[in-house]
Amino acid sequence: MLYFIGLGLYDEKDVSLKGLEALRNSDKVYVEFYTAHLFGTTISSLEKIMDRKVEILSRKQVEEEEIPLKNAESNKVAFLSAGDPLIATTHADMMIEAKKRGIKTRVIHSSSILSAAPGISGLQAYKFGKVTTIPFPEKNFFPHSPYLLIKNNLEQNAHTLVLLDIRAHENRYMTINQGLEYLLKVEDTLNEGIITKNTLAIGLARAGSEEPVIRADIIKKLIKEDFGGPLHSIIIPAPLHIVEAEYLVAIAGAPEDIIN
Amino acid sequence: MVSRRDKMINKIKELMYQPEFIRNIGIVAHIDHGKTTLSDNLLAGAGMISSELAGDQRFLDFDEQEQARGITIDAANVSMVHDYHDDEYLINLIDTPGHVDFGGDVTRAMRAVDGAVVVVCAVEGIMPQTETVLRQALKENVRPVLFINKVDRLINELKLDATELQNRFVKVIASANKLIKNMAPEELKDKWQVRVEDGSVAFGSAYHNWAINVPIMQETEINFNDIYNYCKDDNQKELADRVPIHQVLLGMVVEHLPSPDVSQAYRVPAIWSGDLESEEGQTMIKTNPDGPLAVMVTDVSIDKHAGEIATGRVYGGTLEKGSEIFFVGSHGKNRIQQVGVYMGPERVNTDKVPAGNIVAITGAKNAVAGETICDVGRKIKAFEGLEHISEPVVTVAVEAKNTKDLPKLIEVLRQVGKEDPTVKVEINEETGEHLISGMGELHLEIIAYRINEKGVEIETSEPIVVYREAISGTAGPVEGKSPNKHNRFYIEIEPLDDEIFQAIQDGSIKEGRVKGKEMAASLIELGLPKDQARKVWNVYRRSIFVNMTRGIQYLDEIKELLMEGFESAMDDGPIAKEKVMGIKIKLMDAKIHEDAVHRGPAQVLPAIRKAVYGSLMMAEPTLLEPIQKVFINVPQDYMGSSTREIQNRRGQIVNMSQEGDMATVESKVPVAEMFGFAGDIRSAAEGRCLWSTENAGFERLPRELQKIIIKEIRDRKGLSPEPYGPDHYLG
Ligand SMILES: Nc1nc2c(ncn2[C@@H]2O[C@H](COP(=O)(O)OP(=O)(O)O)[C@@H](O)[C@H]2O)c(=O)[nH]1
Ligand SMILES: [Mg+2]
Repeated sequence: MLYFIGLGLYDEKDVSLKGLEALRNSDKVYVEFYTAHLFGTTISSLEKIMDRKVEILSRKQVEEEEIPLKNAESNKVAFLSAGDPLIATTHADMMIEAKKRGIKTRVIHSSSILSAAPGISGLQAYKFGKVTTIPFPEKNFFPHSPYLLIKNNLEQNAHTLVLLDIRAHENRYMTINQGLEYLLKVEDTLNEGIITKNTLAIGLARAGSEEPVIRADIIKKLIKEDFGGPLHSIIIPAPLHIVEAEYLVAIAGAPEDIIN
Repeated sequence: MVSRRDKMINKIKELMYQPEFIRNIGIVAHIDHGKTTLSDNLLAGAGMISSELAGDQRFLDFDEQEQARGITIDAANVSMVHDYHDDEYLINLIDTPGHVDFGGDVTRAMRAVDGAVVVVCAVEGIMPQTETVLRQALKENVRPVLFINKVDRLINELKLDATELQNRFVKVIASANKLIKNMAPEELKDKWQVRVEDGSVAFGSAYHNWAINVPIMQETEINFNDIYNYCKDDNQKELADRVPIHQVLLGMVVEHLPSPDVSQAYRVPAIWSGDLESEEGQTMIKTNPDGPLAVMVTDVSIDKHAGEIATGRVYGGTLEKGSEIFFVGSHGKNRIQQVGVYMGPERVNTDKVPAGNIVAITGAKNAVAGETICDVGRKIKAFEGLEHISEPVVTVAVEAKNTKDLPKLIEVLRQVGKEDPTVKVEINEETGEHLISGMGELHLEIIAYRINEKGVEIETSEPIVVYREAISGTAGPVEGKSPNKHNRFYIEIEPLDDEIFQAIQDGSIKEGRVKGKEMAASLIELGLPKDQARKVWNVYRRSIFVNMTRGIQYLDEIKELLMEGFESAMDDGPIAKEKVMGIKIKLMDAKIHEDAVHRGPAQVLPAIRKAVYGSLMMAEPTLLEPIQKVFINVPQDYMGSSTREIQNRRGQIVNMSQEGDMATVESKVPVAEMFGFAGDIRSAAEGRCLWSTENAGFERLPRELQKIIIKEIRDRKGLSPEPYGPDHYLG
């Protein structure tokens, strides 16, 4: 048996009661933090609330050594990921593999940044286009696709949720400021005028915590602000509906002139 | 009173500014055909060294090693002034090595000169290395003249009569002209034929200091019979007085080899791909000392006192001491300390060195052979790269004897790599065990000696042969998956067509990631189908990567990663982590994750590597070993024992010929079997044998040795005893 259990957004209490039940019912509990990370908690408080030992697995242990899958052949295994377990991860492949090997699976959802971000930014979920992630640049790797995707979304009048790269094993989490810089840098090379210093953007930090930050302003201003600890994400809005604009002014400190 | 030396220096400084009175030349030949003896006697004749020293001492073999081994290792620069028909000429001469182990030096030297004296031993005739060096010269648009040397031996040892003598010459000249016809630039190949009648061919004896050509014969009324008699009667000294070698050969050089201003007009377009109409282009074509600076570095050596000395050719402008220069390749700036020219074998500092000359630069820190130098703020396009045809086939591990020398060793190894670009140095700071790879056992011995000379005592491992991995079958489409399984690459693999392989090997198809479409036409000509030729992404290790897909979203964004993964797979093959060569890989399809974080390096690199490894292992993988051609020249009596030396080493005799008392044996022997050959052949022939080698590429290791050698390499590298099968990579 293999449970895919979502840990939700921020701390150990974001897991659902159903999830908790399944956890307490498992022989082995694994968690991966390479697709996302919980900042409001520690492993020991997770272990306390679940009453189980929890082992953190690296990408290699999950994808190449297949530790959860192999153990699930004869045990009840819970495999935890932050957010909703099959959203913004690549775990669908594990579902396929489990099916092939005759392992029973069950998915227990929790909230995901994909619903939380549109939610607390006051933007209509219906109006979002494709989601993208900005990766940390590496040798031979500085993709323009996040920028191009924003461009495509804007052409459809769709908002873009921009997730930011997570390198849990190196303790690096991309900040809103770094994400915006990345987009400006692509703008410098492509010169299409999609993301400029005067483009309106929304910065979200620590969604799901008691004190989430949500700020809307032109990039020139946002890029200088300090958003505090991880996780961060960005939204690049398309033209706003009146209620969306009012919300951003009232809740996210956006300049008044966005309402017209 | 002005000393003779000062007079000479003043003369050189004066001639430097008159390109029509300059000749920059190289002397090239097969090993032992007499280059060094000739260069020494030219210098002595020009009064640059004492004539007693010349010949016996082999003055140009500066290095103790060179003198001890009796071969030239480094190309040495010397200059002299020569009177010809009432004018004085500045002759800048480079003596290049002829041993195959040092081929890179020849290529570099050719970039500095405009003409070459090709020395051919009359006894041996044109040898493979003669062909190689002549090809290198012609490729650089360097014009040849021919000197047939050791004529005394034809007469005194082979006992040829005057007619046979002439027949022999005709044969050598005809084969030289055939090579020139085949290898010279199209528009020059007729003009550049060497001709007895016009004096572009000379005959003589470098050792006995005489030479003659047809114009001199007419002038002096000496004919072949006279020559024959002089030699026969042991009276070559008189002959040398009547027709001294330096007079005849330097006369031939002045008469037939181009001055820099003539030659730059046609050489610059061949070695520099910038805009010829631009100011810098015109400056170079006209050998103008007043335009933008353009210097190509052809050699770097480290002088005990002066530090790094870069030698180069000034093609345009004037290089001044104390000025700031810009390195085009490395984007570095530097203030040079001194500039100088050569006088005899000495370096003489001057204030300036103008276009058309060979310059020695002191304090050009970080210069490497092949670098382009220009004025700061006046960047020019770099000169075409220098190609080395040969590649290292033997490696040794080097360790410092004393731990205190560890840091110094690293510095010295870097220097050695810089001085000789045919040496590959791999530094491993963690283990302290560094690898140097070279062209042969001898080459590596010399390098080890040089390291010791620089004050670091080292220990070297037994030499290790460098193998290659290749395939003899085909495979595919094979699917390589990324760790998250969301990215998949489908490739087909096959051995690369021989013609394309050869074209990459000889440099007519350039290696590297492909930028434009220029290469497509040549590839189509070589037989690559059109749809593939236009889509070659990478040429690496004489293998190609072709993208056969169309319109796959995001493929462009991961192209560089695919290339990086492909290259790293070719660097460390799946059989034994040796380099892979001669493969064609076609990317047939790709499935790519929508989001950039799920298709980064951590996903794409392993995916393509696995696809390459898996498909190599499915396509009848095989190990290749390096082969050398071995040429042996021995007295008849020792032929049996010499051929036995070859046969005992898995060698194959390719050709045998006889001439008088001497036999020539041409053979092919695996490099792995060549260790210790020098000593063994010496005792087999009781020292009476001349031999040389030439690298001859890679051939399949015999079936019965494959397993053994693979295991040996894997053990040495700490790998599991057997290579993994395809499933390991493709599951
Ligand atoms: N008999 C004879 N021996 C020569 C002549 N030229 C060179 N040698 C000898 O051939 C050997 C190789 O000469 P060297 O100048 O070192 O050849 P390199 O390898 O081309 O530089 C030496 O032993 C020379 O003394 C020549 O004209 N006649
Ligand atoms: Mg020599």
